[in-house]
Amino acid sequence: MANTATVDELGHSPEVQGKNYLNQTAGVWSWLTTVDHKRIGIMYLVTVLVGFGLGGIFALLVRLELLTAKKTIMDATQYNQAFTLHGAAMVFLFIIPSIPASLGNFFLPLMIGAKDVAFPKLNLLSLYLFWIGAVFMLAAIVTGGVDTGWTFYVPYASGVSTTSVISATFGVFVMGFSSILTGLNFIVTLHKLRAPGMSWYRMPLFLWSLYATSIIQVLATPVLGITLLLLIFERAFHIGIFDPTLGGDPVLFQHFFWFYSHPAVYIMILPGMGVATEILTTHSKRRVFGYKAIAFSSVAIALVSFLVWGHHMFVSGQSELSSAIFSFLTFFVAIPSGVKMFNWLGTLWGGSIKFTVPMLYGIAFLFLFGIGGLTGLFLGTLSVDLHLHDTYFVVAHFHYVMMGSTAIAFFGGLHHWWPKMTGKMYDEKLARVGFALTFIGFNWTFFTQFILGTRGMPRRYYNYLDQFQPLHAFSTYGSWVLGTGFLITFICLARSLKSGAPAPANPWDSTTLEWQTQSPPITENFEKAPIVTLDAYERPAEETA
Amino acid sequence: MSAKAEALGGAGESKLSPQFHVAHHFDKADTQFDAGRMGVWLFLVTEILLFGGLFCAFAIFRSKYFPSFVEAHHHLDRVMGGINTIVLITSSFTMALAVRSAQKNETKKTTLLLAITLACAAMFLVVKYFEYSHKIHDGLLPGGNFTAADFASGHPGIFFAIYFMMTGIHGVHVVIGMGLILWILLRNQKSEFSSRYYAPVENVGLYWHLVDLVWIFLFPLLYLVG
Repeated sequence: MANTATVDELGHSPEVQGKNYLNQTAGVWSWLTTVDHKRIGIMYLVTVLVGFGLGGIFALLVRLELLTAKKTIMDATQYNQAFTLHGAAMVFLFIIPSIPASLGNFFLPLMIGAKDVAFPKLNLLSLYLFWIGAVFMLAAIVTGGVDTGWTFYVPYASGVSTTSVISATFGVFVMGFSSILTGLNFIVTLHKLRAPGMSWYRMPLFLWSLYATSIIQVLATPVLGITLLLLIFERAFHIGIFDPTLGGDPVLFQHFFWFYSHPAVYIMILPGMGVATEILTTHSKRRVFGYKAIAFSSVAIALVSFLVWGHHMFVSGQSELSSAIFSFLTFFVAIPSGVKMFNWLGTLWGGSIKFTVPMLYGIAFLFLFGIGGLTGLFLGTLSVDLHLHDTYFVVAHFHYVMMGSTAIAFFGGLHHWWPKMTGKMYDEKLARVGFALTFIGFNWTFFTQFILGTRGMPRRYYNYLDQFQPLHAFSTYGSWVLGTGFLITFICLARSLKSGAPAPANPWDSTTLEWQTQSPPITENFEKAPIVTLDAYERPAEETA
Repeated sequence: MSAKAEALGGAGESKLSPQFHVAHHFDKADTQFDAGRMGVWLFLVTEILLFGGLFCAFAIFRSKYFPSFVEAHHHLDRVMGGINTIVLITSSFTMALAVRSAQKNETKKTTLLLAITLACAAMFLVVKYFEYSHKIHDGLLPGGNFTAADFASGHPGIFFAIYFMMTGIHGVHVVIGMGLILWILLRNQKSEFSSRYYAPVENVGLYWHLVDLVWIFLFPLLYLVG
């Protein structure tokens, strides 16, 4: 039924037919001054994709440099800058805002049947703050680069490095406010603007994951703010708090930094988990198995995330007791993550699985998150971490989680919701090719790095021993396949924008609210405010009978 | 019926000023007030965490350099700090009264109370200015800038790094607060607030109480216990 649904079948009156949030008003100015969450979401989407492209170019350059054991294309200083900018761009310009600020902004109000987020102007302010922060970060790139690594560890970042650390960290500081305000906006929206009948347990699980993410954004990001402020003052005025020669404590910086940045890892992965849930249930036509378990596991992950930062500092000289406690608490994260994993598998069990493009990404997510999550346990184990710390094993682990899981979920979500956002379908065959190359290239690049790491290859090294060269070269070849995969995906989506077939309202026969309005939606989202009578994944009685 | 018409037509909502309307995405005015208040409370939580980092640094360095902290805190002026504490608590009191008078439609009284609050905030900054000039004159400065002689204990610059960061960031909050109070004062003069619509007054009040509260922790920690 839904595959042939047209605007008329949804009962829209003639005056809204043909109108949508994209053509309501025209011109650059109408976009820059919009308070429509959908347009803001689209602007975020474009921005994070640019950030992804930027980080991706640096990634390819880093891999190219590592093709040979000595100098390949750049000198050591440039190499330090390349991996720093890769990390900083990917973390702050892409992953943190990727799913919440783009897909979340677009779909959170739609999924609860609201007309907008609670504070639309604040939402626009978040976007502007994000842009301002991004400008400072780009300014850092052109005014001398940054070579501290994305973690900005002191005392190197506060005193030794001669690069534009202040500009880059100030950019991250400003982007932090953007992240806080987005989180705050989402929390209030979910509390106050749910449509009649949309109880907490009727919300799509993507929203539970965004709620958990927002809690972390609101509670953790201010600590990063004060940390970076102290770092900026340390560098500019030598206030001494992190400087050991003045009595300061550089390890305190690490504690502060990871108090934010470990929860931030869950800012990155939780929305990905939410997207995966939506994809897996929709494209297997099966109600989510263990709804409440998945919902509460998101909240549990958010809470535990605040108690495990010390596992980044096992070799920093913190006490053995602290390390042991942090190690123990780290294993706790595996419980809600495991709950999610088995409930996703339970959802697929007996479902009518269609291998659509979003579903391919969804299944890849399960596979890659499985590897990424389990290797996290290796690193949480004290005795093993002493050997693996700061090796390519860590690099491979977090790329499996950050890229293999979050970025894959992001692109899965992009393909899943693309028809809704743009009103266009895409070329499934080309999208499959893009996916296949991405998946193969990703594993090719990063599984190799697990092996490199276990053999003792340290991360961030410019020159390395000859014995690692074949594996490094192999990983670099994989990065080319991976890059080609993304390139094809972008071409596929660009072609869809230009000449894609018009999308029906509900191409995947999904049950959630965002599909119950036209594609693309009108500015007010729904012509008549929806009244919710069913659970998120429940089908009307006549369909299931 | 649009949300606006509904809100204005409802019983008991006739006192809404003409400037106020319910945003299109809220079903009624009350939801909008609740949302705004919740947003401000969440924002205050982020403020506490921002200062939390500094309080944490204070605790760590105080235990690490206890003699230095004791010696350094004798160089802070308790009288000036005490006056500022009284000034800020007074301003918090007048702010609370201003919210109440706004709720009671007493527009002129609200203006007066907000003006007193503003004056207290300004006085706080004046006192702070004298304190800062004194510290700078004596070379009691953060970390590498510390030049004061006759200190028996090591690393006194750390105490002053924390002192200046905490009171400095707090001072920035006072300045922002003054801007906000001025903003609602001007709106109040245009009779925008009433018993049905006083959310901005209340929300700025909440922020101002937090600014006051942070100082109430800063004063004993920095000036009294060292």
